[in-house]
Amino acid sequence: MTPEFTRNHFELFGLPVAYDVDPAELERAYRDLQGRVHPDRFASASEAERRVAMQWATRANEAYRTLRNPIDRARYLLALKGFDTGEESNTSMPPDFLMQQMEWRESVEDGRARHDANALEGLRREIGESRTEMHAFLARALGGDRNYDAGCSLVRKLRFLDKIEAEIDDALEAIAESVPALRRAASPKGNA
Amino acid sequence: MSLLQISEPGESPEPHQRRLAVGIDLGTTHSLVAAVRSSSAECLPDAQGRVLLPSIVHYGAAGGVEVGYEAGTRASDDPANTIASVKRFMGRGVADVAKYGALPYRFVDAPGMVAIETAAGLRSPVQVSAEILKTLRARAEQSLGGELHGAVVTVPAYFDDSQRQATKDAARLAGLNVLRLLNEPTAAAIAYGLDNASEGTFAVFDLGGGTFDLSILRLTRGVFEVLSTSGDSALGGDDFDQAIAVHWRVTHGLADASGRDTRRLLAAARQVKERLTSEESADAQVTLTWGQQLHLGLTRAEFEEITAPLVRKTLGPTRKALRDAGLAVEQIDGVVLVGGATRMPHLQRAVAGYFRREPLVNLDPEQVVALGAAIQANALAGNRAAGDDWLLLDVIPLSLGLETMGGLVEKVIPRNSTIPVARAQEFTTFKDGQTAMAVHVVQGERELVSDCRSLARFELRGIPPMVAGAARIAVTFQVDADGLLSVSARENTTGVSASVVVKPSYGLTDDEVATMLRDGFDHAQADRDARALAEQRVDAEGLLAALRTAIAQDADLLSPEDRAALGAGTASVEVAARGTDHRALKAAVEALNRLSEPFAGRRMDRSVSRALAGRRLDEVASK
Repeated sequence: MTPEFTRNHFELFGLPVAYDVDPAELERAYRDLQGRVHPDRFASASEAERRVAMQWATRANEAYRTLRNPIDRARYLLALKGFDTGEESNTSMPPDFLMQQMEWRESVEDGRARHDANALEGLRREIGESRTEMHAFLARALGGDRNYDAGCSLVRKLRFLDKIEAEIDDALEAIAESVPALRRAASPKGNA
Repeated sequence: MSLLQISEPGESPEPHQRRLAVGIDLGTTHSLVAAVRSSSAECLPDAQGRVLLPSIVHYGAAGGVEVGYEAGTRASDDPANTIASVKRFMGRGVADVAKYGALPYRFVDAPGMVAIETAAGLRSPVQVSAEILKTLRARAEQSLGGELHGAVVTVPAYFDDSQRQATKDAARLAGLNVLRLLNEPTAAAIAYGLDNASEGTFAVFDLGGGTFDLSILRLTRGVFEVLSTSGDSALGGDDFDQAIAVHWRVTHGLADASGRDTRRLLAAARQVKERLTSEESADAQVTLTWGQQLHLGLTRAEFEEITAPLVRKTLGPTRKALRDAGLAVEQIDGVVLVGGATRMPHLQRAVAGYFRREPLVNLDPEQVVALGAAIQANALAGNRAAGDDWLLLDVIPLSLGLETMGGLVEKVIPRNSTIPVARAQEFTTFKDGQTAMAVHVVQGERELVSDCRSLARFELRGIPPMVAGAARIAVTFQVDADGLLSVSARENTTGVSASVVVKPSYGLTDDEVATMLRDGFDHAQADRDARALAEQRVDAEGLLAALRTAIAQDADLLSPEDRAALGAGTASVEVAARGTDHRALKAAVEALNRLSEPFAGRRMDRSVSRALAGRRLDEVASK
């Protein structure tokens, strides 16, 4: 049997159902909960209790993972409000955002082709700034403004940023792999 | 067995209830067993005072089995029956072991995992490992003076599901109650962190005999949280020996050395490698099977040059772990070295160079994993002392996914997810009237199924005929706290649902373990039945005691019907416990466990609710 979880992720941690979450408080609540329900606490208990512990710990991990990440948290909150972010189905984006996307993508390809790690790091900083800005918009849309349609659109945009950042990371990794990162310390051949 | 653990996690049982629990490091080259005695963990020595047990098993033609040093002495005269580094073959197929080059064993392709033809018959790596574990279990029971309640067995963090399952099977086969499979670098972090009361973000660099792990952990206020892990389950100190042996083969023109000569070269290579840790050059004499005497030498500089590619190979996973943890090198507060192979000076230099700090080596790199496992085992057995209330949060090392159309992998659970974790993915039919669907579970990071490891295949049958795309088939992955996966699938549009739970293909069923135990000639049937009955009675008593306590505490959570049902279940267990049929008792215990699960769930819910209410009061009070 699966336990009936009547609480949503926020309630599970005793947090208000809101986009603004104090990370320290979330972490403390998560650790408190895991401290009570983790299977390690029940390793010598009955089979039934161990099963229940695994289900609860699984649930705590899922809730923590969702609330810790701002995009996942926003998507989850929107779903609670009855809004679907439509990331798979709704791919329409404002033209200026699409232009920006294309420029970034070209820069990634360019950086990868030229093995230019500095350019890629710079690009990641630039995207990081955009991300910070969008998070602020998202906090406003889901907070005081209660503009859930805008929230959905911001979640879709942030998903794009995630993908580009992953591409940058892949490119940086490819560059790191291609250059031997380790140089032998001075030990001329054949002496002893 | 106390349900009190729900409300009082720090509670320690009475001294006479203290359960004997050990930590076992089942290593590629050496294995160790450790236990917590008088509040500190220590490795348990054999009668000669040695804590390391070489992970070598020798099978004699007369059915005799030798393990450890005795087995090691047979390596050069009877290599085909002297199995060393068996950990490399756990959960692996013929194609995997071929990568290790010339080995003196007769491998046989068996379903799921290779087997080895020995003088004593066909042996699976699980059985060979079980011999090592049995030896350690006997050592522990002798030295602790009683039967073991359970053991924590360590595995490389980068072990995949098949390798983990094989390890757990080996422990069960050795008669051990596995309290937990624990990742080796995490075990080291526990020993290190508790010993030094450390706080901060640490990298554990663990190069063992045959495996390499790099884990990033955050240690804060009694919580050990693994942020990411990476590694290579086929890279270790053994490869450095191989590199030396290959170098000598080339320089001395020994291209087609026999199995026996290979073993002699490898043994000499290991000695030379170990001496090069402190000396600038080392040499060895080897007598080949045809009588030729060889004088083999190596300087440290040569050694460092021929093994530089191996050292470099550790840096890829290191970068990956940092990236997955979202951290830069500067954010690491300390680097802990684990595994005998980290004694090599050029490896230490490389690690220090990469992390830009000197690694920590204040615990014996060969013992630290077993010590950490012992501390965890002691806690899991319920022997926590007051205030000894730390929590461990570990991750899965490799993504888990499903094969979709075109041989592509759809990831269901990404790597570095904190365990236990469950995730469901929905699929649909692609043909009208399709009534069955093949489910293929894979593990790995690559896009193509063929580049990932296949864990299990099963079919979901009995889907009601519908038009293509109408069925809603939810495939659920559950990874438990040991990092082991189970998968279930169900169709749930029509109310008609079919579901199946699979064990990955390398896992042994309980029946298979029972058969293997039966094959293990050292117990008569009557002995085994008596032992099984005694174990079941202990289980039954524990369950009944726990249930009584639970009912006393939370009687209000039970309806009269619930109480009646639990009463009937309790009565059947009591009746079966007075009988002599261990199977009947097991069935009664299982039935009562199932019956009591909703109650256990409600109790957990109450415990959580009280905690939440308590926190709110605290907040009010502090404002």
